[in-house]
Amino acid sequence: MKKFIRQVIFFIVVVFLWELGSRLELWMPIILPSPSMVLESLVQGFGDKTLIYDLVASFKRLFIGLGISLVLGSLIGILLAKSKYADDTIGSLILALQSVPSIVWLPLAIMWFGMNEVSVIFVVVLGGTFVMTLNMRMGIKNVSPLYIQAAQTMGSKGIDLFIRVVFPASIPYVVTGARLAWAFAWRALMAGELLSTGPGLGYTLQYASDFGDMSLVIGVIVIIGVIGSVVDQFIFNRVEKSVSRRWGLES
Amino acid sequence: MFIEINHINKQFLNKENEPVDILKDINLSIDKGEFISILGPSGCGKSTLLNIVAGLTKATEGEIFVNDTKVTKPGKDRGMVFQQAALFPWLNVIENVTFPLKKEMSKKESIEIAKKYLQMVQLGKYTEHYPHELSGGMQQRVAIARALAMNPETLLMDEPFGALDEQTRSRLHTQLETIWTETKKTILFVTHSISESIKLSDRIIVMGTKPGIILQDIKVDIPRPREEHKQEMIELEDYIMSFLKKEIDKVVSEELAV
Repeated sequence: MKKFIRQVIFFIVVVFLWELGSRLELWMPIILPSPSMVLESLVQGFGDKTLIYDLVASFKRLFIGLGISLVLGSLIGILLAKSKYADDTIGSLILALQSVPSIVWLPLAIMWFGMNEVSVIFVVVLGGTFVMTLNMRMGIKNVSPLYIQAAQTMGSKGIDLFIRVVFPASIPYVVTGARLAWAFAWRALMAGELLSTGPGLGYTLQYASDFGDMSLVIGVIVIIGVIGSVVDQFIFNRVEKSVSRRWGLES
Repeated sequence: MFIEINHINKQFLNKENEPVDILKDINLSIDKGEFISILGPSGCGKSTLLNIVAGLTKATEGEIFVNDTKVTKPGKDRGMVFQQAALFPWLNVIENVTFPLKKEMSKKESIEIAKKYLQMVQLGKYTEHYPHELSGGMQQRVAIARALAMNPETLLMDEPFGALDEQTRSRLHTQLETIWTETKKTILFVTHSISESIKLSDRIIVMGTKPGIILQDIKVDIPRPREEHKQEMIELEDYIMSFLKKEIDKVVSEELAV
């Protein structure tokens, strides 16, 4: 609670100094508009529903893209963990691909799918899949042999062993993988939308920038940051903590 | 004979890829319902031997028969309790205990059986708890209930109380003795504690190290409950200690040399 109060006070002070600087005209509004101007454009954006349409459109792409990358990433991860041959070949490819920022695939995606939503979703999928794959692979490889032995003495083997023991034992890694996949997918989505068509938060950011509407640019940045950190802190952080407590990874 | 261990040899490859003898020519016959302790210093291969009986590890040479069936893989006729409880943390107590029963009976039946064995280890009230909410001793009792739930004829125990404090261990000894009397299981109990083996078993198989061999097969003729025969227990302990000391010294001096 004390930490929370400290955080709130800190943000109030930052916003206050920012507003103060703007009022004293230490910089021009076109360089950095004041918080009240940002707030005004946010109110207007939500008032005429454009920002709401943007949010809905962005989240739709995110859920489709992230959903595909979680499933695809898990499946490839399981394959890599189970097959040495796949790990040596596909595994090294995935490692290489993971170091490529997914947005660089957009030009290619536009050639393949056209200048539309599919291209953006494709980039989001690429953003989330590889990190999920690597975490899933690690999770399965790190399952305690003790669990497997115990299950074997209780007559479990093959697919039954995998579904009832190996997969659940790797859940902490799945959660971490999902958290990172979300973070990468969110960034990829914004980058993709900036370079693509609307509606969408990234598109509105680009649009506002083209028209020199800096308060809307900052407004959208604030929305992106708030959503990113809220999902990370309030959803993933909590799930991760409760999972690692239950799985006995911390005392 | 109920369990027949014939000429078991086991070799591992060391870092230089040379074979090292872990177990050498182990022969042992066990009657149905016997409580056998396998006693030896660390590194004598006693846990490896138990794993071979469980079917978790393959012997390099030799055969094991349990109830006239050759051991080739793990099976539900041999329940195993490990040094760590090895409960599944994503399942609560009752789900852990019903784990081995899932495929062969209805949910209701399996829960009834699980409850019966949880009561036997005096954890009837903890069915909804998760493993991380239980103490080490309680977790180990759940593990015992889980092994008993599939009603195996043999119970293999690999230093099951090794990680527990003295008082808890002593209480669990009494519980295990009661369970053994009630269920008539054949128990193979691996331990490095001489007093534990004397307190619990009908026979003590004393093992030596490098390579692991059977040094002695001692019948414990002290009547139960054995707490009432302290003098005889101490005498037997001294006797076993006298020739086990040489083996322990061997381990210690090698560890110091490394």
